[in-house]
Amino acid sequence: MSAPPPLRIRGLSVGYPSDHGSIQAVRAVDLDVEAGEFLGIVGESGSGKTQLLLSILGLSAPHALLAGSIRYREQELLRLRTSALNQVRGNRISMVFQDPMTALNPYLRIGRQITEVLRVHRNASARDAERRAIEMLEAVHIPEGARRMRQYPHELSGGMRQRVMIAMALIAEPEILLADEPSTALDVTVQAQILSLFQELRARTGTAIVLVTHDLGVIAEVADRVAVMYAGRIMEQAPVHELFAHPRHPYTEALQQSIPRIDAPRPTHLASIGGTPPNPAALPAGCAFAPRCIYRMPVCESVAPPLVETEPGHWKACHHEGALGKLRGEVA
Amino acid sequence: MNLQLPVRAAPGDTAATGADAAGVLLTVNELSVNYRVTYRRGHMLLRAVNCVSFDLSRGETLGLVGESGSGKSTIARALLRLVPAASGVARFRGTDLLQLSGARLQAMRRHLQLIFQDPLASLDPRMNIGDILDEPLRVFEPQLSRPQRLQRVLAVTCAVGLGSEHLHRFAHEFSGGQAQRIGIARALIINPDLIVCDEPLSALDVSIKSQISNLLKDLQRQLHLSLLFISHDLAAVRFSCDRVLVLYLGRVMEIAGCDALFKSARHPYTRALIRAAPIPDPVAARARRTVPLEGEMPSPLFAPSGCVFRTRCPMAIDRCTHEIPLLRQVGDSQVACHRAEEVGD
Repeated sequence: MSAPPPLRIRGLSVGYPSDHGSIQAVRAVDLDVEAGEFLGIVGESGSGKTQLLLSILGLSAPHALLAGSIRYREQELLRLRTSALNQVRGNRISMVFQDPMTALNPYLRIGRQITEVLRVHRNASARDAERRAIEMLEAVHIPEGARRMRQYPHELSGGMRQRVMIAMALIAEPEILLADEPSTALDVTVQAQILSLFQELRARTGTAIVLVTHDLGVIAEVADRVAVMYAGRIMEQAPVHELFAHPRHPYTEALQQSIPRIDAPRPTHLASIGGTPPNPAALPAGCAFAPRCIYRMPVCESVAPPLVETEPGHWKACHHEGALGKLRGEVA
Repeated sequence: MNLQLPVRAAPGDTAATGADAAGVLLTVNELSVNYRVTYRRGHMLLRAVNCVSFDLSRGETLGLVGESGSGKSTIARALLRLVPAASGVARFRGTDLLQLSGARLQAMRRHLQLIFQDPLASLDPRMNIGDILDEPLRVFEPQLSRPQRLQRVLAVTCAVGLGSEHLHRFAHEFSGGQAQRIGIARALIINPDLIVCDEPLSALDVSIKSQISNLLKDLQRQLHLSLLFISHDLAAVRFSCDRVLVLYLGRVMEIAGCDALFKSARHPYTRALIRAAPIPDPVAARARRTVPLEGEMPSPLFAPSGCVFRTRCPMAIDRCTHEIPLLRQVGDSQVACHRAEEVGD
């Protein structure tokens, strides 16, 4: 029997009140984060992937309506007071954001921002914190750490800033690192550097990483396990090799088939998903993907399929039984 | 799809298309673009594009790829005369685009159209779609009557997969994918010879990207369009383009046919770019596990001497510091690298 997962999310919903009723950004999500794993969450804009991540650390907007449960070890994060939550944030669970320029404080030197974590959570002396920070900069492959510590964010390149963010996030040796599109704003060669840095640090520290992205290619490069989100729900969840080799949800299959590849024969046409993602203020009654789904059945329009385990570790929320593969025939 | 756009001149009908006998539509020769920037109380010249030469044939899609700061958008802007070129020639329809001014420049603009990255920001929020599509016709084909214009608007709307019911709506009522269809329709409606697509897919969601990629490719074939396709996404470029030009710090690193480039790139930078592009398949992605290229693109204000890529190049030698490599033919590529012969297949 393996140890219970450090982070358990059950029935999580994140909604926002609006003039047209509440907008459900995240709907009844169940998700575990296992110790030391690299979990990828993939979805398009508006799929709720970022809202899910933010809710874990209590960073949802103040007027968000949250329901369900987010348990980190013995603590229920959803009902934690801010002071208690601050013991978790940056310490046991930390976060890296998409745009390092806006996430770093432009008025403070890099050194001050990195050491703050240790001074707050570890009560470290200024000298110890500085020594650790320089070590950490070295760990994220920033040379001349002592000089960088005295610089301001604008003096660093985009890739360098993201490395500083990662150094800050990992300096307190958290159990879980949440990363929201950490490489999206970067150039492709720098993205490759950052992804390989995540893998290296995970192997060395054993920190579990939850990486949110819109790019299935990024998932394929680094994740152990994948959750696919659409319209606020998890549509499919599986180990990465299983998900790519045997997608069980039509949306996953369609996403996979619609991406051009640099390593396969050039198709004359890409498989495409007709229509557009649903308006979160007016979601269909049944499966949210049904209006765009080529396997649609009458039941899909009225009943939302639950997320069920079809094989060990492979979960899907779809009424369709049996094999997919319709799309592959369409690709020339 | 039956397109009711006016019949375009057949390839080879050079008088009507402005292409020369070899079918070359645009020839860019040693184009340089500088920006004057303030730097520490003084001014400096930022060489955004440095001696770039290429040509584009009729009916061809040429990809411009490179990371941010490589000069790909600046090339497009200089050709469209949105920024001044410092030097160079851009021969198009028998004249040098870079020398035109006044009425002749205005008249030339109808042959050059642009599709933008952010489709919603590039549509006037106060005009309905019918008016947005009608405007280029009113400007460039004033002889057309209102019903004739409407007919053209309807034909192009249908060609991009929208319907007449959309004409009375405003930009904010459309999704990103639909807005990009409108952007494409607006570029197409006056039958330009050349369309510059500046990151036309980057702002779109994954499931919409493939729709717009397919649409652009279909239209390109049916209408025999010539496209300059600017993108940082190598996989998208590979799907859409016939030939690819790779830029780094304002200089051409390599030009090659699409298949040749992805099969046997000759420039170390091209190879690094291809290696860094994520593959949506964990088996293939992990099998090619390679060391990523180190460092980042230097500031164009302080471009390295010799070969601009040498500071990140795993193959750099002393010669690369002193001698700028010229673009030359090696294998199936035109490549600017002293050691191109040693870059294996």
